[in-house]
Amino acid sequence: MRLEIKDLHVHYGKIEAIKGISVVVNEGEIVTLIGANGAGKTTTLKTISGLRKVTSGAIIFDGQDISNVPAHERVDLGISQAPEGRGIFPGMTVLENLEMGKFHRKNRKAEMDEDLDKIYTLFPRLKERVAQAGGTLSGGEQQMLAIGRALMSRPKVLLLDEPSMGLAPQMIANIFRIITEINKTGVTILLVEQNAQQALQRAHRAYILETGNVVKEAKASDLLNDPAVREAYLGTGAHS
Amino acid sequence: MKIRNYWNLRDWGAGIWERANRPKRIAIAIVSIVLVTLLPFAGASFLATPIAAYDAVLVYPVGVFVLMALGLNIVVGKSGMLDLGYVAFFAIGAYTMALMGTHTGLNTWEIMPFGIGFAMLAGVLLGLPTLRLRGDYLAIVTLGFGEIVRLVVLNSTWSKGPNGIANIPMPPDIGPLKFKLEDQKVFFWVVVTMILLTIWMIRRLSIRRPGRAWEAIRQDEDAAELMGIPTLKYKIWSFTLGAAVGGAAGVLFASKNLFIAPEMFTLNVSILILSCVVFGGIGNIWGVVVGAAILGYLPERIRFISDARLLVFGLVLVIVMNFRPDGLLPRKKREKAIIKKEVNA
Repeated sequence: MRLEIKDLHVHYGKIEAIKGISVVVNEGEIVTLIGANGAGKTTTLKTISGLRKVTSGAIIFDGQDISNVPAHERVDLGISQAPEGRGIFPGMTVLENLEMGKFHRKNRKAEMDEDLDKIYTLFPRLKERVAQAGGTLSGGEQQMLAIGRALMSRPKVLLLDEPSMGLAPQMIANIFRIITEINKTGVTILLVEQNAQQALQRAHRAYILETGNVVKEAKASDLLNDPAVREAYLGTGAHS
Repeated sequence: MKIRNYWNLRDWGAGIWERANRPKRIAIAIVSIVLVTLLPFAGASFLATPIAAYDAVLVYPVGVFVLMALGLNIVVGKSGMLDLGYVAFFAIGAYTMALMGTHTGLNTWEIMPFGIGFAMLAGVLLGLPTLRLRGDYLAIVTLGFGEIVRLVVLNSTWSKGPNGIANIPMPPDIGPLKFKLEDQKVFFWVVVTMILLTIWMIRRLSIRRPGRAWEAIRQDEDAAELMGIPTLKYKIWSFTLGAAVGGAAGVLFASKNLFIAPEMFTLNVSILILSCVVFGGIGNIWGVVVGAAILGYLPERIRFISDARLLVFGLVLVIVMNFRPDGLLPRKKREKAIIKKEVNA
């Protein structure tokens, strides 16, 4: 088991955003958390990466409870996140953004070229835009950059927060295809999505979140065919 | 908007520098340093300031403002934290000099490390709890800190309260260079040396890991943390380095002025130094130097119009910021760098 969340509670001030959820992510899986706005998907991811404090419960990564480890040290352990809304550095070039992803690595100079090559193979567009400022990229390119940058730290688990947000359908399909590709190289992926259709098609297992609780856990393919899920998250006329 | 296209001094200067090879760069640096060193001898020209002595004006406000603006620029410009209490570190440096200078036999140079040290200590003590805050909250807390320091020295007996501390010793002579009240050239050269050291320090740090960490923190703090950057540590470093420069400026100021009082360390000073940074160009060292020099010098130069001078000063600020919202010499614009590269390729 790569990552396990046990009875997690998270508060924003006095408001309880996560009300005791438990999630398991196995080695090599793509697991997706789906749910409507305010269900607590992003908060869960932020808590795993350390941007939010745990009120109670445990986050266990490789058998070690990391709930009190500061965010920047969790990167060393192998947790990397492409944040919601991409979170790229707008004033830095694509290359500088990617280099920032390696900031904490001890032998970053030795790894740099190899990893840049890998990322340029995954995202040829980034290679074309190497010297361009992050802020001047299109939304899809920014998302590619955010994922590429997260991969620079050679993560064991990659956390993706709504990679499809604000993208054109074709770009969404493209991004999801690449997510599957990344997973095939051995990176475990925890994916938060509102685009349930795409997420369920790509993921192995899924959790459905509603107002801070897990209401359903199942194989992704089962949920795709579940009538209740179809109605709530895929819409009756869901396009495929 | 159009004005920027043909009046871009920053890119013009950067262009000259980038085209120059090493010997040429050294030559440019030496010539500029010599020119600046000779500034105190230009007192008889149009630069002369009425009423105030010209060489004294070059030390304070001009030199000290430049030094402080460079220090504040590390905090505001490099790592993007709004500090409205910067005067506190200046005051701590000045009071260290005043108290140690009058109570111990130490001279200015021996007290300097203490002044810098106490300012840095204050920076860490203030930074540890407050740098978890962001934006407006941080601004308010630092503003409060600046006022606290002023009120403490105003109401304490050891600082002689509102009477201030007099008879602060001048720095000892450096060989043939003598510090004199009526001729402050040597003071000016000392400030210039400190400014050069500060610029050297900032430039060194900017191209290394701290500089890149600050840049990342300024652009997106959460993302920086996700990159594995210990953001709190780097923010405290930035804050403390800024404090150190402020403290050094304070020590020198006290030793030059021979008398200090709490009313010299009001919020106005913090705001004025922040204006210097914004006016010159946040984040760009040369912009900050030019901005602080102008804002320090201008009010003294136009002192002959007495009451109207603050009005003129304000007008200049408003007009310049209207035409150049990013400051006189704004920081490097990425987009321009790309166009250049594409043309070269």
